[in-house]
Amino acid sequence: MQRKKMIGAGITLFAVVLGILWLIPLIWMIGTAFSVPSFHMTLFPTTAFTLDNLKYVWNAIPFGTYYLNTLTLVVCTFAVQFVTSTLAAYALGVMDFKGSSLVFAVIFMQIIIPNDVLITPNFMTLSEMKLIDTKVGMMLPFYGSAMAIFLLRQHFKSIPKALAEAAKIDGANTWQTIWRVYMPCAKPAYLSFAVISVSYHWNNYLWPLIVTNSPQNRTLTVGLAIFAKSKEANMQWANVCAAAFIIIVPLLLAFFVAQKQFMSSFVSAGIKE
Amino acid sequence: MKTYTKKQRERRNTLIGWLLVAPALIFMLIFTVYPIFRSVYLSLTKYRLGMQTPEFIGLENYINLAGSSLFWKVMGNTLYFALITIIPSMVVGLFLATIVNRKSRMTGFVRTAYFYPVVMPMIAIASIWMFIYMAKNGLFDQMLVRMGFEPMNVLSSKSTVLPAMAFMYVWKEAGYLMVFFLSGIQSISTEVNEAARIDGANSWTIFRKITLPLLAPTFLFVSTIALTNSFKLVDHVVIMTEGAPNNASTLLLYYIYQQGFTNFNYGVSSALTTIMLVLLMIVALPRFLSQDKKIHYN
Amino acid sequence: MRKKLVLAAAAGLVASAMALSACSGGSGGSGSAAGGENAAQSGGESASDDALHLTFYYPVNVGGSAAALIEQICADFNEENPDIVVEPVYTGNYDDTVTKIQTAIQGGTPPDVFVSLATQRFTMASTGMAMPLDDLIAADGEEGQAYIDDFLDGFMLDSYVDGQIYSIPFQRSTMVLFYNKDAFEEVGLDPEDPPETWEEVVEYGQKLTNENRYGVGLALNSGSAQWAFTGFCLQNSVNGENLMTDDGKQVLFDTPENVEALQFWLDLQNEYKIMAPGIVQWTDLPTQFLAGEVAMIYHTTGNMANINENADFEFGAAFLPGHKRVAAPTGGGNFYISSGISEERVQAAWKFIKFATETERAAQWSLDTGYVATRESCFETDLMKDYYEEVPQAKVAYDQIPYSAPELTTYNAAEIWRVLNDNIQAAVVGDATPQEALTAAQEQATEILAEYQ
Repeated sequence: MQRKKMIGAGITLFAVVLGILWLIPLIWMIGTAFSVPSFHMTLFPTTAFTLDNLKYVWNAIPFGTYYLNTLTLVVCTFAVQFVTSTLAAYALGVMDFKGSSLVFAVIFMQIIIPNDVLITPNFMTLSEMKLIDTKVGMMLPFYGSAMAIFLLRQHFKSIPKALAEAAKIDGANTWQTIWRVYMPCAKPAYLSFAVISVSYHWNNYLWPLIVTNSPQNRTLTVGLAIFAKSKEANMQWANVCAAAFIIIVPLLLAFFVAQKQFMSSFVSAGIKE
Repeated sequence: MKTYTKKQRERRNTLIGWLLVAPALIFMLIFTVYPIFRSVYLSLTKYRLGMQTPEFIGLENYINLAGSSLFWKVMGNTLYFALITIIPSMVVGLFLATIVNRKSRMTGFVRTAYFYPVVMPMIAIASIWMFIYMAKNGLFDQMLVRMGFEPMNVLSSKSTVLPAMAFMYVWKEAGYLMVFFLSGIQSISTEVNEAARIDGANSWTIFRKITLPLLAPTFLFVSTIALTNSFKLVDHVVIMTEGAPNNASTLLLYYIYQQGFTNFNYGVSSALTTIMLVLLMIVALPRFLSQDKKIHYN
Repeated sequence: MRKKLVLAAAAGLVASAMALSACSGGSGGSGSAAGGENAAQSGGESASDDALHLTFYYPVNVGGSAAALIEQICADFNEENPDIVVEPVYTGNYDDTVTKIQTAIQGGTPPDVFVSLATQRFTMASTGMAMPLDDLIAADGEEGQAYIDDFLDGFMLDSYVDGQIYSIPFQRSTMVLFYNKDAFEEVGLDPEDPPETWEEVVEYGQKLTNENRYGVGLALNSGSAQWAFTGFCLQNSVNGENLMTDDGKQVLFDTPENVEALQFWLDLQNEYKIMAPGIVQWTDLPTQFLAGEVAMIYHTTGNMANINENADFEFGAAFLPGHKRVAAPTGGGNFYISSGISEERVQAAWKFIKFATETERAAQWSLDTGYVATRESCFETDLMKDYYEEVPQAKVAYDQIPYSAPELTTYNAAEIWRVLNDNIQAAVVGDATPQEALTAAQEQATEILAEYQ
């Protein structure tokens, strides 16, 4: 038994050490972002604490605008997905209607072929719609979300029909049934879908890069990339770390606060397919 | 209240069903289904910057690609990168899951530590790792020097650039795969494990003989997810190398982007997109075959 | 009942449509506060609402705060011309800017006026993205001709396509050798005597190289290597033959002289070991120089201000060391006007270009950044004379212009650049010999250019 305990302690120690290794890039990034730049890169800061890097990038890059843009993008995309996916999930999960297999085919198509790879044709469609360099253009391809529909449908199916029947008897129409019975019951699914949708769009890069031209529409990721790739400054690691810090902080904080929710969201979005 | 015949009710049901599905469906048709067909069509045309309309040229784009060593290099890179990212990240992911599955006071900490890169944007990660990998002054080269080796400047050498990116990728992705394995492991009933334990099996045997086989569906699922992800995420190439050196780190989606948006060669870009579509369908195939029953069951 | 249900379903459509429009509301009018890269744009706000709004894309490719300076130029212009508001849009480095301009034009939202590489002019002309400026110049009469004649010949070369002027020189640079005088003294070299030949580069480089320092540095990443390479090829050519023909329709990559030039690079790395192996990034090179890790670097004069400000050692700037002849590449960005915009916008854009390139302003711009002033008259200003007295290193660039030639400029420039860069890298990482690499580059480029013959 003694031996077993030792092994257990050993594994725990190893797990912790590995965890610390995993944290090194983050530690380095934060340390560098908050210390005076030097020509020599070090793992832990050796120079004085400073907020200048943060101040510099905050002024050099219109982060305020980018934040607003990313927030708009994330919130509006989710809001529309919320409506479209709820309706579709209800129809596909609860109702039995002719031709629904066709809709399933389309959904599977999107699960297999994510929009991320269709940049060329989608850019052309968008430019024909005259929506290049608009926020709507950035969001449009994501308004119909196969992942969200699937997730919600799975949850709706598990809700006992009796509940819906009862509501019907009380005189509720389809809309009211969804609103009063299905949506409240599926709260966990909505939460999962929110986490996935928000973190996906917060982090997305290639599509916003292609669609946006002006700072009025650029997202945080596009702004950071332009900054990191531009030949702006010397010892730019300090500034790039500061810029990266600014864009990851909200999501990272949210994760640290609600880590269990994040993890279970990712699982349910995937496995329930 | 009026009563309806069965037929009427069915028709009404169909109508409502389609109406409810319509909003989501319209967007999916325009931005998923239509572009698939459009890619296939455009891949058969010559369509470049300055041309008003595409010009049909049959299979010429594909023939040119087949004869281009760069194209095969890119395909090779893409598959190689997929291989060296998904296998290690699955192994590491499973390993992390078994560690995190243990009951210990530190579980919360390590789980957080392993998972946090998942919620960070690849753009931020790549910007940071670019400095870690920077020649000589970068953390990685400094570590090598301290250990008595020569600095490697990993991003500028054709043999190390993709492995270096893969290493970063595994660091980012393993936590993501970990949670799937974790949920897989936890869904295995404890009774099975207990029974085995009473029979005298040690932890390692239990893991090998019981856990692993029962995780087979999770493996299948996780591998398709990881494979698809490795195809569709190329942000790190944009930031770190732009394909250098000599296209040793050019991946398919980055090549699509470059052909489409730097060279404005829509025809070639679409041919490459079509090839990507085929790849993705092949990847999804096993999952579909195995899930077929499940779907009907639903 | 049935109607009600249909209505309920339709409500869903309406709801999503509403959400859609709510979101689109945010896209258009975020207003001028969000406009620029920073607040320097505020000059625009004083303008009346019915002013003509011009979009202006510009890149920044050098250290220092060039972006803020460009915003300032726009703000000054807007103040002076209340009926026009130029909205500057920072679009990243040169490569990103080329891509963004093309995407914007393809997407139907072209910028009215933009700065892009001078080497883009053939592409701009052949695809109809930019317009020829000859009519605008002619309309200005004698003054217009005088304006054009005042630009340095070395830069004006980079403005013509088939005899028509497509662009106006703006942030123009040439490559010079920055060297660390302290390091020179440390190893017993005369700090006032920088290397003048390839042989001396090797000789000095060997003396300067030690455990912590390389003798010489070149940026070999995609988008930079082709620039330095132009310089070495020009230096190795007896009659100054460039990498392409003047009409931009043919490349001359695989000449024996060019193979020698590429071989020389490899020798610096592998034989003499006085240059870092592999690929050093354009961005990292000045930092390494400032950190004392490289003693001599080939870099743009556009970095002069940055280096002058941050070097904690004495530094010198010198002509690029010659070989068969003394030569250097010019590079940098020019102003273009988009084709297909209204006459009113064209006039406003033209006014802005002339404003931004006024003698005093061009001189100030050169001072602030290190870019070479583009006009002869700049060098007669007191501003410039004082500056050269104060920072004599800066004058090197101007003196070098007569010896310089344009960098690689062809049709489909972005693609041809990529071809040359990829193959140079192939030689650097050992995938090919210099001969093989340049032969491959020649073949690939010839194929791309076939349609223009």
